[in-house]
Amino acid sequence: MKIDRTKTKSIRNAYGKTLVELGKINKDIVVLDADLACSTQTIMFGKEFPERFFDMGIAEQDMMATAAGLASQRKIPFASTFAMFATGRTYDQVRNSICYPQFNVKIVATHGGITVGEDGASHQALEDVALMRNLPNMTVIVPADCKECEEVIKYAAVHKGPMYIRIARTNVPDIFGEDYKFELNKAKILREGKDVTIVTNGETLAEVIECAELLEKSGIEAQIIHMPVVKPLDSDTILSEAKKTNFVVTVENHSIIGGLGSAICEVLSENSPALVYRIGINDEFGQSGEQRELMEFYGLTAERLAQKIERKFRDIK
Amino acid sequence: MNKDEIKQIQELCRQNRCNIIKMIHCAKSGHPGGGLSAVEILTVLYQKVMKNFPQWTKSTQHNERDRFVLSKGHASAALYSVLAQRGYFPEEELMSFRKLHSRLQGHPCCRTLPGIEVSTGSLGQGLSMACGIAMALKLDKNPAHVFTLLGDGELQEGNCWEALMTASHRNLNNLTAIIDRNNLQIDGTTDKIKNLNPLDKKLEAFNWNVIKIDGHNIEEIYEALEKSKKSDKPTAIIANTVKGKGISFMENECGWHGKAPCDEDCQRALEEVKNK
Repeated sequence: MKIDRTKTKSIRNAYGKTLVELGKINKDIVVLDADLACSTQTIMFGKEFPERFFDMGIAEQDMMATAAGLASQRKIPFASTFAMFATGRTYDQVRNSICYPQFNVKIVATHGGITVGEDGASHQALEDVALMRNLPNMTVIVPADCKECEEVIKYAAVHKGPMYIRIARTNVPDIFGEDYKFELNKAKILREGKDVTIVTNGETLAEVIECAELLEKSGIEAQIIHMPVVKPLDSDTILSEAKKTNFVVTVENHSIIGGLGSAICEVLSENSPALVYRIGINDEFGQSGEQRELMEFYGLTAERLAQKIERKFRDIK
Repeated sequence: MNKDEIKQIQELCRQNRCNIIKMIHCAKSGHPGGGLSAVEILTVLYQKVMKNFPQWTKSTQHNERDRFVLSKGHASAALYSVLAQRGYFPEEELMSFRKLHSRLQGHPCCRTLPGIEVSTGSLGQGLSMACGIAMALKLDKNPAHVFTLLGDGELQEGNCWEALMTASHRNLNNLTAIIDRNNLQIDGTTDKIKNLNPLDKKLEAFNWNVIKIDGHNIEEIYEALEKSKKSDKPTAIIANTVKGKGISFMENECGWHGKAPCDEDCQRALEEVKNK
């Protein structure tokens, strides 16, 4: 697998376009935003279907509870804003008004992770997956590229129940081809390797793919499991693959507390002796900077990942 | 409404007051004060104003129903009693209130009980949900009306004011918010904890149609609710009420916000209601 970084595309744009497509087929789809429609790209839907688009203003709590009300009348609301405001600020509304009654609300949050960039810590959601993952009835998905995002959004429109979909601000390279199929209950093994199992999702998948090439040069054979669905977690794949390498590394653009890494630890600690090394943002806030600078500083680029994983691998062997 | 009708509603209110006391006594927990203050409002709504079908989803007219959201979810005992009285579920079930495996959860849950549109309990969210319902009805060109009941203390939640803006901004004239203005909250009077006045002027400034009534006067409640259905704006009905209404030792007492009566208090309360 080769990553072509010269051709990156906006995953938010893919979201906006897919919404418009879905809006043409399904009249029950309604879209809400909280004054960020140009950033989240829900504006595309708004232009095409103004009567089914509701800009709720800078009032995320109102947006989520209103979405719940719409869903109670069998509409299919997609509610979008930045991951920071879609989760932390509205946690009670999402918990009590959406998840508890199991309403069919799709929260599609953009600007997840450190790569929000220059806006800094106040806007960098590093805890959103943790917050959404602990809610009963919630499905949590972190797609990696535009094709996967499209398929996940299409899936969301037919899936019944609350869903949190986290997408990055970053323009991402293509990873999957036209033949890509999204499966809720199946993680994707993208590379085989006997020394280490690397589990990731979202924009760090591209880094992990390159990281595996670098590790190979150092004589370490890495297996890659792409796990877009953090909940419900495909524990079967994790358990069977961890048995083969006995060394699992999780990589995520999120705090190492409560996200994908924690989810993997939960499964393995009850079933398997495999060692898990979590890579993400260590219990700390982010800061301003360019996207690549931040990825580099917080150790999420392919090179930094390869260094960390190699060091850990040598330590334990 | 003629005199006989008013008498009939008064009798139903009396039954609902008895049920509230018995349910909370039996559960050994619950919220008598804010349930008792809302008895007339809820009884008039379900008996006289709202188009509602107790067969719920089994009714062929289900989609025509007027919608109701109990934003002040802690008044659940009052709502359950009113729903059982209308025939949504058997009255015997009322005594399962707040018990393990009951459909009558401490706060209303739409997954378990017929007649409940949305789950509520965490304050401040019901008006937003009611707005969402009103928006959905407008999209579907459904002429049904949405009613929601809020506590006055609940208005201290910021989410309420976001929703107030949404309703007027989107011309949700198919929405009526009734505010149970009993002036009390857990820690004291609303004036002392966080003053809401001038409430009518605030709501008017948010571009709502505002009606003020005596929230225990059946005719006034009925007329205000009927009038609100014909408004060109969303309507807020400020219903002045007495917390703990109908039970002398509970009236205007903060302590009865969330406390169950003991056997003796229960007996006294039931006798008072019966003798009225």
